[in-house]
Amino acid sequence: MSRSLTPLTCLWILLLFAAGAHAEDQSKDQSDDRFSEDAHKILIADPFIELHTGPGRGYPVFHVVERGREVELVKRRTDWFQLRTDQGIEGWAPREQMIATLEPTGEPLDLQEPARENYMSRRWQGGISGGDFDGASEVSAFGGYAFSDNLSIELTLTHILGEFSNGYSATLGLVHVFAPEWRLSPYFTLGTGLIYTDPKSNLVESIDRDDQVGYVGGGLQFYLTRRFMLRFAEYRHNIIFTSRNDNEEVDEWKYVGFAFFF
Amino acid sequence: MEVCRFRVLFLSLLAVTVLPGCSMLGGRGDDRPEPVAPAANAEPVTGEPDQRPIIEPQVERREIRRSRIDTEDFELGAYVGVLSIEDFESNVVYGARLAYHLTEDFFLEGTVGQSRAGRTSYENLSGSADLLDDDDRDYTYYALSMGWNALPGEIFVGKNRAYNSAFYLVAGIGSTTFAGDDRFTVNGGFGYRVLPSDWMAVHFDVRDHIYDIDLLGEKKIVNNLEAHLGLSIFF
Repeated sequence: MSRSLTPLTCLWILLLFAAGAHAEDQSKDQSDDRFSEDAHKILIADPFIELHTGPGRGYPVFHVVERGREVELVKRRTDWFQLRTDQGIEGWAPREQMIATLEPTGEPLDLQEPARENYMSRRWQGGISGGDFDGASEVSAFGGYAFSDNLSIELTLTHILGEFSNGYSATLGLVHVFAPEWRLSPYFTLGTGLIYTDPKSNLVESIDRDDQVGYVGGGLQFYLTRRFMLRFAEYRHNIIFTSRNDNEEVDEWKYVGFAFFF
Repeated sequence: MEVCRFRVLFLSLLAVTVLPGCSMLGGRGDDRPEPVAPAANAEPVTGEPDQRPIIEPQVERREIRRSRIDTEDFELGAYVGVLSIEDFESNVVYGARLAYHLTEDFFLEGTVGQSRAGRTSYENLSGSADLLDDDDRDYTYYALSMGWNALPGEIFVGKNRAYNSAFYLVAGIGSTTFAGDDRFTVNGGFGYRVLPSDWMAVHFDVRDHIYDIDLLGEKKIVNNLEAHLGLSIFF
């Protein structure tokens, strides 16, 4: 009995929380219809700005703020900004419209975005990818820091899921992007790390293995839009420095990956 | 520090010795008392004697730094639902999700979930023969997925309320730990998100987790369907 009640209880808690949060939100809306003290106020310089009900072009326009009015910048989600007018009306405006707004000092609002040009000045980058590790499937997550336009250091965590063994690897390597200013650019990578292999129990040689691994490889990156890139066809030639007489050489393909930078 | 202290000491000694002497020098010539009334050419007592302007301009610079704008692209939440594990009954699933909204259309999503497998029909019918140990019946998974907000819209509750919503499609890869093994898992599905307020969302999701398993002798593909209800917060 108690076992079957648990999910129901959880659902109730979730729903109650939702209702409570909603009520709180409504009361907040009613109480502070004037600007708060440290609000970010901006001046509309476009002939008008359309306010949508939600942060997306699919949400309908329900209000218009004309030029010269001061609005409060509440928050931002992706490329949309939530604005609050002096009458307390809240709505969302896209970045393209916000560019023409002014700060109270009369200067245009600085909304620099990571675009392709900004890719050169990027510092942090992260992403995920999927691929093949010597016949086994793999899931990877990576994060990197760029020293210069071309060169960055990258940490990759991989979960290897095979038919005969599973494993994890953590590698640290240098990535050299040949032409970061091109939309499609090849890159080269070189690094080292650790690999943990766990052969499945029904095999004879079932010993857990912690080995060092070195790799050399390369791939292609394609700039998609804003701060996003596609990485595909990354090949790594791994050399696993085993405790046996021979090192193991493993081909690894990361078929498709998705990266974003800050 | 030491030098500073000596300097202060020296200067105060100098002041103590020299200043009384100065007063004696000045008072020697004439013993007239100081005029009590101010002289005609002296500045009036009222009014500020310095060059400060009459009205102080109160310049308040309010600059918006991009970093000061509250950006809410991340979404963190929890969910609870039902997971049907093929051959092993349906059971409760609990999970957590972290999403990063890349654009208004796309998001990346990481989920971790936990459930527990029941007994197969075979186990129930045969009586004692258990296919899995108790520990091996724990079912955990993680998934890294990409989502697409296919149908953004609104739902209307009554006459005066409208809530933002979105119907989205999700697909991704991950791993499932079940029956003593990690298995590469492909997941896909759809979901519906309703936002009661701007910073919170209620989700209803349906997912299919697909992987290969050879537990019952022959390798086969299994589809584990999951339906869950969740709550998340934007930050």
